[in-house]
Amino acid sequence: MTAVLTPPTATTPRTTGRRPSTRAGRAGPVAYTLLVLAGLLSVFPLYWSLVAGSHTNAEIAATPPPFLPNATFFENVSAAMDQAPLGLAIVNSVVVAGSITVGTVLFCTLAGFAFAKLRFRGSGPLLALVVGTMMVPTQLAVIPLFMMIAELQWVDSLQAVILPTLVSAFGVFFMRQYLVTALPDELLEAGRVDGASTHRIFFSIVLPVARPAMAVLAMLTFLTAWNEFFWPIIALTAANPTVQVAIANLGSGYVPQRAVIMAGTLLGTLPVLLVFALLGKQIVGGIMAGAVKG
Amino acid sequence: MTLADDSPRTVTAPAVPAPPDPTPPPVPRRRGPSLSRNRWGYAYVAPFFVVFGAFSLFPFLFTAWVSLHDARLSDISGGTFVGLDNYAALLGNDFFWNALRNTITIGVLSTVPQLCLALGLAHLLHYKLRGRTFFRTVMLVPYATSIAAATLVFATLFGRDYGIINTALEAVGLDRVDWESGTLSSQVAIAVIVTWRWTGYNALIYLAAMQSIPGELYEAAEMDGASKWRQFLHVTIPSLRPTILFTVVVSTIGAVQLFGEPLLFGGNGATTGGARNQYQTLGLLMYQQGWTNFNIGQAATTAWAMFLIILAVVGSAALVGRYRARREGARR
Repeated sequence: MTAVLTPPTATTPRTTGRRPSTRAGRAGPVAYTLLVLAGLLSVFPLYWSLVAGSHTNAEIAATPPPFLPNATFFENVSAAMDQAPLGLAIVNSVVVAGSITVGTVLFCTLAGFAFAKLRFRGSGPLLALVVGTMMVPTQLAVIPLFMMIAELQWVDSLQAVILPTLVSAFGVFFMRQYLVTALPDELLEAGRVDGASTHRIFFSIVLPVARPAMAVLAMLTFLTAWNEFFWPIIALTAANPTVQVAIANLGSGYVPQRAVIMAGTLLGTLPVLLVFALLGKQIVGGIMAGAVKG
Repeated sequence: MTLADDSPRTVTAPAVPAPPDPTPPPVPRRRGPSLSRNRWGYAYVAPFFVVFGAFSLFPFLFTAWVSLHDARLSDISGGTFVGLDNYAALLGNDFFWNALRNTITIGVLSTVPQLCLALGLAHLLHYKLRGRTFFRTVMLVPYATSIAAATLVFATLFGRDYGIINTALEAVGLDRVDWESGTLSSQVAIAVIVTWRWTGYNALIYLAAMQSIPGELYEAAEMDGASKWRQFLHVTIPSLRPTILFTVVVSTIGAVQLFGEPLLFGGNGATTGGARNQYQTLGLLMYQQGWTNFNIGQAATTAWAMFLIILAVVGSAALVGRYRARREGARR
């Protein structure tokens, strides 16, 4: 669901972290208390999946409930892996989200550069088309999409979930907005005077300048692709799932084994949490940079 | 697109990772002989438009065509043309009205608290904070959690017999709630999942907008003797109005499409949205029509109805935005 990622209009002029005004006061104890509370609410459900995932059903139901995880977690994980091919699912998700990320960043940078700096007939209406469809949810296209992949006999194969999300209108707009200002016209003209072709200019001038925005787009795209639910659950089956499809099937068993479901769910979420732990600051910055200008 | 006004206003690059070259002062756009009339432009946008056209634009438009047919999933080639019959059937279908009602209720129950909480949270995050980055990152953890994972965890928390929310209710002397089987209770529970996932994300959007409010506005308000609360009401909120409008639209579009949460909340993967369809949404109804009942013509009709609802929401938001802008223009 790219639409949710995508504040349109101009990106906010900000300098990272430093507030231009002196207006925001220092946080008092009340503010800290509320923030810590909000933080606890944010992480509690995931922590609970760890706790619940490391006990039996009976233990979770006890009063008072357990509040610490223990080693039973690994037993439950292996039980979850017996019920759903979670290993395969993680490999599939890495392939799918990785391909989508590479494709989106590459194609959107190419198109974003063209819309930002190359003048060609029809570029205005084409850009308007990109912006106009940014908010149209992909969910509304799934019926013909399914007819297409059924025709191509792609049901249950990974290209069925990679290709439809290989590009994003948001990505094009995002790269264009960045390059319009980050890439000085003089630099391009200088390259042109030196006799460089458009491609040469793209590779040796545009790409280095675009790199920071490409990194932000890559992180956001990977996160979205990893978590994509609606289309994969239609296009894939339990035999060859992505992580989200596998988790969903785990949760839909006839005999719900809560502890096992929780263990499997957490296992499938760990890769994004890892990415988040490493790149959280950049992801936060990326989302805030995409925010609307007032 | 109405909301995304793409007029050439001053646009700065996302400042997060600073571009390697400092941006020079704006110069008048040069229409040199070189990059203007550059035919390569088509080649650069071609990969995007080929994939986008084939897998997004075409299927989206073709949905309308399918909705005019009596088409079955088993016969992928098309079906028979029936005109507007599917639409007539949809309007006479109690399940459609039930799903529409549920979608609206869950949408209001999730969007309103979510955006109010996000505003408050953004206000807190705007203070000078120790561990600022840490707090911001933590608030975004729910956003990084997938719909499937979040829903399964919350279904456990809301469980009737073993869920710790009921355990907590009992501990303080209240009755256990059968969250899943009640109409309002199941919708509240689903709204809680949506609110949990999106509050932090929206807070960061508001925070970014708050940071671009000029400090002089607050100084002037302070000189007029306005309290902190009045400043929040009369400076912060009006300055954030376009951002708020934007988040309302995005959240509403998300709410109209709500699918994963009601699909997985019941714990059996049923597309009915509860034994009495008490939390079946439009997205879930569409999935049921297409992939449980194999009636893709009817499913396409529901999809198109969802699109019309989204169009109405975006259109009225654009009107509100324009009206506001005009009124403010007149005041000056």
